[in-house]
Amino acid sequence: MNKHLLSIDDLTTDDIEQVFTTAAEMHDVQRREVKKLPALRGRTVINLFFEDSTRTRSSFEIAGKWLSADVINLSAKGSSASKGESLRDTVLTVTAMGIDGLVVRHGASGAAEQISRWIDVPVINAGDGTHEHPTQALLDGYTLTRRLGTLEGKHVAIVGDLTHSRVFRSNVKSLTKLGATVTAVAPPTLMPSGVTAWSEAAGFATSYDLDEVLPQADAVMMLRVQRERMSGGFFPTAREYTVGYGLTRDRLAGLKPGTPILHPGPMNRGLEISADAADAIDSVVLDQVSAGVAVRMSVLYHLLAGEETSA
Amino acid sequence: MPAPQTPEAPASTGRVVLDAGDISRALIRISHEILERNKGAEDLLLLGLHTRGVPLARRLAANIADVEGTTVATGELDVTMYRDDLRSNPTRAPHRTQVPAGGIDGKTVVLVDDVLYSGRTIRAALDALSDLGRPAVVRLAVLVDRGHRELPIRADHVGKNLPTARSERVSLRLVETDGEDEVRIK
Repeated sequence: MNKHLLSIDDLTTDDIEQVFTTAAEMHDVQRREVKKLPALRGRTVINLFFEDSTRTRSSFEIAGKWLSADVINLSAKGSSASKGESLRDTVLTVTAMGIDGLVVRHGASGAAEQISRWIDVPVINAGDGTHEHPTQALLDGYTLTRRLGTLEGKHVAIVGDLTHSRVFRSNVKSLTKLGATVTAVAPPTLMPSGVTAWSEAAGFATSYDLDEVLPQADAVMMLRVQRERMSGGFFPTAREYTVGYGLTRDRLAGLKPGTPILHPGPMNRGLEISADAADAIDSVVLDQVSAGVAVRMSVLYHLLAGEETSA
Repeated sequence: MPAPQTPEAPASTGRVVLDAGDISRALIRISHEILERNKGAEDLLLLGLHTRGVPLARRLAANIADVEGTTVATGELDVTMYRDDLRSNPTRAPHRTQVPAGGIDGKTVVLVDDVLYSGRTIRAALDALSDLGRPAVVRLAVLVDRGHRELPIRADHVGKNLPTARSERVSLRLVETDGEDEVRIK
């Protein structure tokens, strides 16, 4: 595996499978009375979050702690970053404390990669702008693999606010690497610009018609409508979005039996996903959360436990 | 940590010290020893250490079943995360750790491994065990003890004591993992 995890591009299919194999073992640890492995004892990981994210941050925190690492959470709010310090100075200061790994969430696309050029320790991208969120894609792929056995030849529909979704970008890469066919479904206003050329290069299909895609899907991934990232009006009303692209009760009934429903959370119930779908027997939303800890343990282990690399 | 065995090495080099018959006899003897020490098969759990300890534990369980007519619980233990040399080797995906549903609390756990060498794997296994529960007794059964311990650890049941030089390598092959039963010294 590469030194850093900045993008799914950093991982080969073998790497992804190795992450999944290890995650399966880590998953077993979660069921134990003593949820602790000594693999990262004496190592310090900093979660540096320039953007709020309770879910991802606590998932990384638990993952690090269950591997016996010392985990410190730093958020930009109330820290020197809000006093005008540059990103580079913040990162160099934090790293100078003698850490062994840095988990970074930043609102700017490419921030994690930029940071990885400044420091010697492994950097894990926990979401950068609208670019990538590799560990989310890995946990989605892991959850699906456990449900479906293999992703080879399976058809995954990714539905919703694709323009603003780093989860979509990372998932397209990881799911296709694992052999799945992906169809991206969104209203024209939320389809990323230049998607035609990209979908040809990356080998996924696009559609504006959810009702046409859903009956063929082996898995459905609903994405959150990211209102906080929207500067303009991307759809007339919430109701209209739900009618066109929400996983409503009717659409739920039209899915193939046993089709897993994913959502990276937090869910806007009643907007992109109905309560019926969110709580459906095939909803794997909570499986994703628990897989998130196992997959992040696996990633931390593979990046931080092994051979000391010469920086 | 020095590797106690080289599974990928060609089978034809070196000297055979245990053939299939020797291995089978040694395992039968160990099975009897375990039963005698435990005064039966009650509360017994044979925990094989990955990789070759796992099939050895199953064979011992099968032998015990033949003798006692009862099924003995077996499990698998992977100690990757507990090794003290994690930082000096590339990471690898751990194998499965699996204990019977009842857990290990109060059980007589017999750790089963192929070759006992420095003792560091067993130390890691003892750490891993303490995270899984609290056995009443822990014992150790190995097919080959080649000496050169680096920790105060000794086996309760040994198939063959094999004095070796540190420069020598003990290659243990089993039908389940390598297609044949054989111990060679190279």
